[in-house]
Amino acid sequence: MTRSFLARNPSVLWFLLILSAFTLVVTLLAEGFGLGLIPTAFVKVLGKTLCLCLVALAMDLIWGYTGILSLGHMAFFALGGYMLGMWLMYARTEEIVVQSLAGSPIPATPDEVAQGVATQIFGVVGASELPVVWSFAHSAWLQLPLVLIVPGLFALIFGWLAFRARVNGVYLSILTQAMTLALALYLFQNDSGLRGNNGLSGLQNLPGLGEVPQSTLSISFFLASAALLAAGYVTLAWITAGKFGSALRAIRDDEQRLRFLGYPVEGYKLFVFTLTAMIAAIAGALYYPQAGIINPAELAPIASIYLAVWVAIGGRGRLYGAVIGAAFVSLLSSWFTGGTAPSIPLGFYTIHWVDWWTVLLGLSFVLVTLFAPKGIGGLFDRFAHIGTPERHGADLGPDAGSLQEREAQE
Amino acid sequence: MFRILLPLVMAVCLALPVFAQGLPEVLATERAKIEKPSRQSIGPVIDAIVATGDPAAARMLAAWAERKLGQRKADGAFFILEKADEGWALTGLDGAPAGTALKADMVELKPNAGVRELIGAALVQFTLSDPDPAQRARALDAIAKSPSETQLEPLRAAIATEADPVLRARKERLERFLTLQFDPDIEARVAAIESFRGDTALDVRAALNPLLATTRKAAIALPEGANIAATLRPGSDLTEVEAYDLLVAANLAPARLTSEAQKAALAANLSNGQVAGVPVADLATREGRDRAYEAMEKAGTVPTAATDAEVDAALQAHVFFDEYTQPDARITSAARATLGSIDTRVGLMTATDLALDALSLASIYFLAAIGLAITFGVMRVINMAHGEFIMMGAYTGYVVQQLIPNYTVSIIVALPMAFAVTFMAGVAMERLVIRHLYRRPLETLLATFGISIALQQIAKNIFGTQARPLTSPAWLDGALVFNDVISISYIRIAIFVLALLFLGFFLWLMKRTRLGLEVRAVTQNPAMAASMGIDPGRINMLTFGLGSGIAGIAGVAIGLFAKVTSELGSDYIVQSFMTVVVGGVGNIWGALAGAAMIGGFQKVIEWLNPANTLAAQTYMILFIILFIQFRPRGIIALKGRAAGD
Repeated sequence: MTRSFLARNPSVLWFLLILSAFTLVVTLLAEGFGLGLIPTAFVKVLGKTLCLCLVALAMDLIWGYTGILSLGHMAFFALGGYMLGMWLMYARTEEIVVQSLAGSPIPATPDEVAQGVATQIFGVVGASELPVVWSFAHSAWLQLPLVLIVPGLFALIFGWLAFRARVNGVYLSILTQAMTLALALYLFQNDSGLRGNNGLSGLQNLPGLGEVPQSTLSISFFLASAALLAAGYVTLAWITAGKFGSALRAIRDDEQRLRFLGYPVEGYKLFVFTLTAMIAAIAGALYYPQAGIINPAELAPIASIYLAVWVAIGGRGRLYGAVIGAAFVSLLSSWFTGGTAPSIPLGFYTIHWVDWWTVLLGLSFVLVTLFAPKGIGGLFDRFAHIGTPERHGADLGPDAGSLQEREAQE
Repeated sequence: MFRILLPLVMAVCLALPVFAQGLPEVLATERAKIEKPSRQSIGPVIDAIVATGDPAAARMLAAWAERKLGQRKADGAFFILEKADEGWALTGLDGAPAGTALKADMVELKPNAGVRELIGAALVQFTLSDPDPAQRARALDAIAKSPSETQLEPLRAAIATEADPVLRARKERLERFLTLQFDPDIEARVAAIESFRGDTALDVRAALNPLLATTRKAAIALPEGANIAATLRPGSDLTEVEAYDLLVAANLAPARLTSEAQKAALAANLSNGQVAGVPVADLATREGRDRAYEAMEKAGTVPTAATDAEVDAALQAHVFFDEYTQPDARITSAARATLGSIDTRVGLMTATDLALDALSLASIYFLAAIGLAITFGVMRVINMAHGEFIMMGAYTGYVVQQLIPNYTVSIIVALPMAFAVTFMAGVAMERLVIRHLYRRPLETLLATFGISIALQQIAKNIFGTQARPLTSPAWLDGALVFNDVISISYIRIAIFVLALLFLGFFLWLMKRTRLGLEVRAVTQNPAMAASMGIDPGRINMLTFGLGSGIAGIAGVAIGLFAKVTSELGSDYIVQSFMTVVVGGVGNIWGALAGAAMIGGFQKVIEWLNPANTLAAQTYMILFIILFIQFRPRGIIALKGRAAGD
């Protein structure tokens, strides 16, 4: 333990260097600050991508390191977004209502303002009362902690129930997927108190900052996302590098053995599940102000599966793999589905990428799973000359742990 | 046709009690109203015309309703008009031809839809004794649709002459309906009401419920002789705000001061930055506003408004009650008793209907999950593309229907075709992907998910995003109706039968055939099975193909009642997995139990909260998560060696 943390984990230093260089370049070129070569919309895309990288980090910790394939982390991501969104929407609407009430000769009472806000927000779902879940939304100091508390508590209860019953492997994956579906269906209802399928909108307008142009706001959000991604990366690298990280990898490789050695496996799992849920919630809370709108479709089970796809393509069990995967696939996705990718004429049929990108993604995902379980991150091993020792058969990837193909079958 | 009718019409009309004037007199006195009829005023006129009992009246009303009645400008006489070469061919109301007239000489009477409806209702009385049974049935339909007091006597008169037993029964039933609503004799009404005891038909409830309609009232004391349904206590039976609003509406108390009114009053009395000595800045709170308003009340500038104490006192001083609009207590209590007996029977039937619904939902889940019970339950392979196999089956059915126009034949062809297509797809997938991932279940999940999104998008590219119809043959249309409450559509029965067939097929295959034996051997111990001369690769391939093929057939069945879209499969995938997990993996009976439980539970939740199917699904999934706490291995868990790990 004589060498410092950074010296033992050179990838952290490299990551921080590359991230800060990238951030610097984008800031200088962005419309808000510097030369104006990058339009505001694209700065937002980049900022959102950084948030996705952060949630991918969380996914990597729970899946790549601990071996729990959770198909519900995008639900926590969206919950975080909802929690922040409630405050943003309330505060923003309050500003508008106060402004419109200021015209009358008698100053408005707090009751009247609250009533006005409720009518404004819930008019679309035919209600005019503020639901109970919005009790804290009027105050940033009460609502902002909920960004962490609500998804964290949710994950804690769900995880406790699931791990206590020793649900693991694919069963846990299916159960988390069901949980996501249940939450999404619940939020789709108008009487869930979160505006049903309208979701929360207008989140890009920050209360009190109505005068500040979006170009400046977007670059601030971009910088905040980058800072949080860096902080998240260092934290997770620190967690996984220590004894705790070893225990997590042991859970992934042979949970039973670790339990027999006396480790509280369920406690470890619950901690990681809750921690990653909270990281996902923070990422979501930063993501949705940049997206401007959140609705229950964001919680659809497919979103969480895509998260797993990013991490798998990037490379599980290594933090930079998750970041690369999320950034690479989500940017590529938006390029292909944005309609800017050139179509390929085959003579008898023209391939429009808007239609065929999902097919390509799905199939390439199958290929990655079959032939490159280490993902894009595996390429770095080549550069770093980290060769795995020659053993029987092919590498099975992180899931089956240290076992190689032929060993696993024996 | 009225020529044949004449004697009958006469008979009916003679039975009428009122025989006031002859038709010409009525027409003479009511001429103005007939020329410009309106829905509000024409009723008595039509009644008077009917009351004449003149056969010409029926002829005139029929022509009037068909917009064939005309009036001669010269003398105002009415004629039935018929288009002729030049102008009109006239027929007198007595049925004799009356020559022709030029267009300009006649005024056509064109009553509007509302008036014609009234005329039609009046005509019904003539049609009740029409020699054509279809006409009579139509007249009964018309009476049932809009019953009125005037129809009671003609209907009673028409019962005796009715020869057709079915129509006679209908007439008698209808007569009881009219009696319970319109008969002047209370005893007759009560008897008619009680005769419907235990009758669950919808029209009975529709006829009885209006008798029990109530209005909510407030008064100082309960009025004498009023037919009171219930007295209400403010705070428990109705809110205090509602109670006070009743008082205000009945002019028994002054209106409460709303915050809008208060604000308006304050704004009106604003001067020099203060209202009645209270500075404007203080008006931003409720207390400040109340203080200013009270100050104004004292000064007399605004009327006094009810304070909270006054409101309480007013509520104490009055009684609140629901009063029946029907004044006679004998009728309401008879109606209540009859409805009560009906409700009990309806409750039982609703439960039966619910059970049937749950059964059909369970068989749908079972069909969707049975393929999964093979691939996931027996082989332990998570196939996220299972839903897309269901979708492929449904689209196969759609394509077959495009090629074979006969729906019955196309369904018979589509079932094996769907099996073949998805069997091939399953085998291909097993050979190319799943075979390489047997030891890595989580990666199987992801790889098959990749296939799933690719298949879904390909289906979208080929068939478009709009829903495609998969039409069921005509003999599957409609429903098996037991009565107004219990019914089940034939398609659902067919799906239930199909589910039973597959259950039998699966049991036979696994327990009675060589393939089933080998499948079970390979599942339990592949290495041992291989050393006994079974080829595990081949068995795995066939088993997976079989599971996928059944998914395809399920797709055709589901497509028959749901629209076929590329998202069809993903709608069912989570429920299917839940069915297998809840039921217990590795056991067909488990899948059956799981499907029954999920289907039943979902129907019960939907019944408790019918407006909200989304909530039903949410609670369903929550329930499953909790259920797994108590039975982590499902309802029917394998024990001993068969349980594997």
